Amino acid sequence: MRAILTIASLSVAAMPAAADELDVRITIPQLNVAEYHRPYVAAWIANEDHSVAANLAVWYQLEQRGSDEGETWLKDLRQWWRRAGRSMDMPADGISGPTQAPGTHDIVLDTESGPLAGLEPGSYTLVVEAVREVGGRETVSIPFSWPLDPAQPLSGEGETELGRISLQIISEDSN
Amino acid sequence: MTRMTGRIAALSATALLIAGQASAHRAWILPSTFTLSGEAQRITVDAAISNDLFYPNHHALDLDSVSVTAPDGSDVPLEHAASGEYRSVFDVPLTQQGTYKIGSGGSGFFASWEEDGERRRWRGSAEDLAEAGIAEKPGVSLTRSVRRVETFVTLGAPTDTVFSIEGDGLELQPVTHPNDVFADEDVSFGFTLDGAPAAGIEVEIVLGYDRYRDGGGIVTLTSDEDGQITFTPEEPGPYWLSAEAEGTVMFEEREIPSRTSYVMTFEALPF
Repeated sequence: MRAILTIASLSVAAMPAAADELDVRITIPQLNVAEYHRPYVAAWIANEDHSVAANLAVWYQLEQRGSDEGETWLKDLRQWWRRAGRSMDMPADGISGPTQAPGTHDIVLDTESGPLAGLEPGSYTLVVEAVREVGGRETVSIPFSWPLDPAQPLSGEGETELGRISLQIISEDSN
Repeated sequence: MTRMTGRIAALSATALLIAGQASAHRAWILPSTFTLSGEAQRITVDAAISNDLFYPNHHALDLDSVSVTAPDGSDVPLEHAASGEYRSVFDVPLTQQGTYKIGSGGSGFFASWEEDGERRRWRGSAEDLAEAGIAEKPGVSLTRSVRRVETFVTLGAPTDTVFSIEGDGLELQPVTHPNDVFADEDVSFGFTLDGAPAAGIEVEIVLGYDRYRDGGGIVTLTSDEDGQITFTPEEPGPYWLSAEAEGTVMFEEREIPSRTSYVMTFEALPF
């Protein structure tokens, strides 16, 4: 394990920017309710005009036994549906995932590839939206400047359907 | 105070309608859901004519006048359609991605004349009018009417195909898609009258579920030279929009008054 880490750090030293990762940590709170269903959650990076700069994740009831009933409720992620979902083919590669249990969940993204590739320096907002069957809906927005300063992690707090949301650059050489 | 002004204007508009038309009640078509996701869905729809929005308390909307247009322009048959005394209901299966139009519409003529010392009234289509020889009655006064009651429902991403203009009476030409309305955001709708921009028409917008408030929730706007209005729904919820226009139309080489109305229900989602 140690040897692998060393090799990883060596490659980081050679190509520092390429190994940076963005960690979006989403906390789904434990709720004391009679009927609990895991929330649908979407996370995306919005431009200043609210258009989508990068789709990060959508967690929903994925297809089961040929039924796409789970997609019925995607529109209840109202902002995500409007800004991104309704013009996407579901399931979306690398973005769609199953619903998650209460706890913290990390979306770790390479800063140089995938959804973040081509993200121009500038002002953006991380938006996390959650909606729960027979429950409520909540969005947490965290404005940030890109590139993100690794020394200054950002965070926001949900009050009902979401807990703490944080946004942090993980440099391989800072681990 | 602006609300108060809107309220008063709305009331006087209603009073004018009562004077000029048999029914001043509000016709509406209200879908169970306006915006849907997934491959295929089904909605249930209420259609009624009532005083309060959206409480069926006067008359069911005639289902024979209702049609559903799919994004590809095809007609979608109503399912499980039924009419009660106060309300019609039906289901609409949505199998195409895009925007559907659910509309009730009709055009026809009103006639009134004096016969045997009595005031006679008649209403019907152009064909019926010719067949019954109504237009030849001595001293007959004719009015043409075109009315539309519509709503729009979108599965997936909104599309514009159902907004094609027929060129007859008042029609909607959306600037903001009616399934893309959010509270506290500007909304613009345009209208055409006989195919041309309907400038200077009065448009009333009422927030639904008025049973639970004493007043307010009504704005009255006048369309600009492009036939457009812009407003900001302050509260999320279902809204009822109504516009009327009067003019003249040629019928068998005589100029007769025409009256046209347009009604749409739409929802403003919370941001």
